[in-house]
Amino acid sequence: MSDTVKKHGLIEVIGAAVLNGISYIGGMALLLSDTVKTTIETFKRPSSRRAIVMQMHRVGVRSVGIVCLVQIFIGVILTLQLAPPLKPWGQVDKIANIIGVAGFRMLGPILTAVVISGFAGASIAAEIGTMVVAEEIEALRASALNPVRFLVVPRILATFVMMIFLTIIADWMIALGGYLTSLLVLAPKVSIGYWGRMQEQLRMRDVVSGLILAGVFGIIISLIACHEGLKVRGGAEGVGRATTMTVVYSIVGIVVMACIFTMIFYVFNF
Amino acid sequence: MSQKDTSDRFNQDQTVIRVVNLVKSFGGRRVLDGVNLEVRRGETMVIMGGSGCGKSTLLRHMIGSLFPDEGYVELFGQNLNELDDKSLDSLRLRFGILFQSGALYNSMTVGENVALPLREHTNLDEDTIQIMVKIKLEQVGLRYAENLMPSEISGGMKKRAGLARAIALDPEILFYDEPSAGLDPVTSAEIDQLIMDLSRKLGVTSVVVTHEMDSAFRIADRMAMLDAGKMLKIGPRSEFEALRDGPETGDEQLDLIRQFIRGDSDGPITRRRSSAGFMEDVLGVAED
Ligand SMILES: Nc1ncnc2c1ncn2[C@@H]1O[C@H](COP(=O)(O)OP(=O)(O)OP(=O)(O)O)[C@@H](O)[C@H]1O
Ligand SMILES: [Mg+2]
Repeated sequence: MSDTVKKHGLIEVIGAAVLNGISYIGGMALLLSDTVKTTIETFKRPSSRRAIVMQMHRVGVRSVGIVCLVQIFIGVILTLQLAPPLKPWGQVDKIANIIGVAGFRMLGPILTAVVISGFAGASIAAEIGTMVVAEEIEALRASALNPVRFLVVPRILATFVMMIFLTIIADWMIALGGYLTSLLVLAPKVSIGYWGRMQEQLRMRDVVSGLILAGVFGIIISLIACHEGLKVRGGAEGVGRATTMTVVYSIVGIVVMACIFTMIFYVFNF
Repeated sequence: MSQKDTSDRFNQDQTVIRVVNLVKSFGGRRVLDGVNLEVRRGETMVIMGGSGCGKSTLLRHMIGSLFPDEGYVELFGQNLNELDDKSLDSLRLRFGILFQSGALYNSMTVGENVALPLREHTNLDEDTIQIMVKIKLEQVGLRYAENLMPSEISGGMKKRAGLARAIALDPEILFYDEPSAGLDPVTSAEIDQLIMDLSRKLGVTSVVVTHEMDSAFRIADRMAMLDAGKMLKIGPRSEFEALRDGPETGDEQLDLIRQFIRGDSDGPITRRRSSAGFMEDVLGVAED
């Protein structure tokens, strides 16, 4: 066995990576199923309901400012980059249509998710990881308190809800960035009828598909953060690793999910 | 190995904890290597042993937070290996544990830490819970600290707060992991007094892991010595006192225990350490 390993170093490396990947996803799936199983029980308890509200505040309210800032700039950038190629065709006013679809379908949810994975995901992983190191998780278990119900469920639900809420704001911020740039930088006439054209272009499914993505991203980010946090071993170093890996894996997870869901939406013409 | 126990203050039939042939390895290293131990209702059992010999690991098996590679632990006659999560949880309500670090929930005040098990596991109304919290904190002398955060209190206070939380649900067994390590002598004696009070007044069965010998001899009814993953000796305190105060016995194991409890710098423990491969090491280097 070990001879084969040495001979086929590359295959072994790839195999190990695949196995690690599968076991990682398996671990997350277990955590997710635990979460789903305990969600109802969580809602029954007033203390847990309070925890969910607290987490929503921590994940969402504190990130509103930074999400707005990022998304307005995205609107500005998009507009400035779209204007020159559209000009020769006399289609500069179509910026509203393009920004509408691109923003609501993908850029709103995906960039909000990136901000949240750095903002909330990393802090959730650090928080839970620190609790592991301080034996707090073990203390919870030893007092017959389920850490999943106690810590994981409120954080996942809160991130899920707040991702949707923040994405709604983010979508409008991209649109606003586009409008302000049209008005102030391009020519005021480009901005005339901006909102009307956007409304004409946008179908319900553009908005809904974006919000579905936002919810999925929320679950992915918080699930990875909790998983990484609970996995921490060995002191402060482990906590640092968990926060870094949370951001890295979250971004990979976000892009992979975005791709999968876009394929699904495409196939079903949604 | 296991001694005939002569202490008759506690009923032999009422064994509440039974550890049988416990084996546990971490990464190929046997940390517990066939440990046997019985703890009887109401007694205070002190487990001693050098740093890293597996005391905390043994404790973790007794509370069902680690599971053995071989052997089993019985609490109140129930084999922990065979219990599902639900029965394990209901068993967990019958014991409390004071962790080595205190393990307070750092996001909650001291009072909330104590209130948590009451809120989650009883149907008491909020007023009653507040009264219970005050009673428990008073018991450990910490009532004034109810509204402080764990980060605002000292190590000794953390231990006491952890103890208040551990006794919140009036457990039948209390596990202590090094309750007085890192505390000044007076605070340490206070904690010992608390342990004895809980044991004598409430009839709690106590399992205490420690390597503070003063405190061990103060609180123990029976003592056990763990070394290299094995129980060297289990017996009433008097036997260990005799060993401590008597001369060297010539028996390797007993002398090892004697050195440990006396804290002597010379004896089987230090000889074992210095002889382990040192000459080979030096000669090996010289030959290269
Ligand atoms: N989860 C774990 N994974 C790997 N090794 C472990 C684990 N827990 C304990 N060990 C190892 O087992 C050995 C015994 O650890 P344990 O914490 O039980 O010692 P201890 O007797 O409580 O020591 P101390 O007096 O310092 O608290 C140590 O060498 C430790 O490195
Ligand atoms: Mg220990």
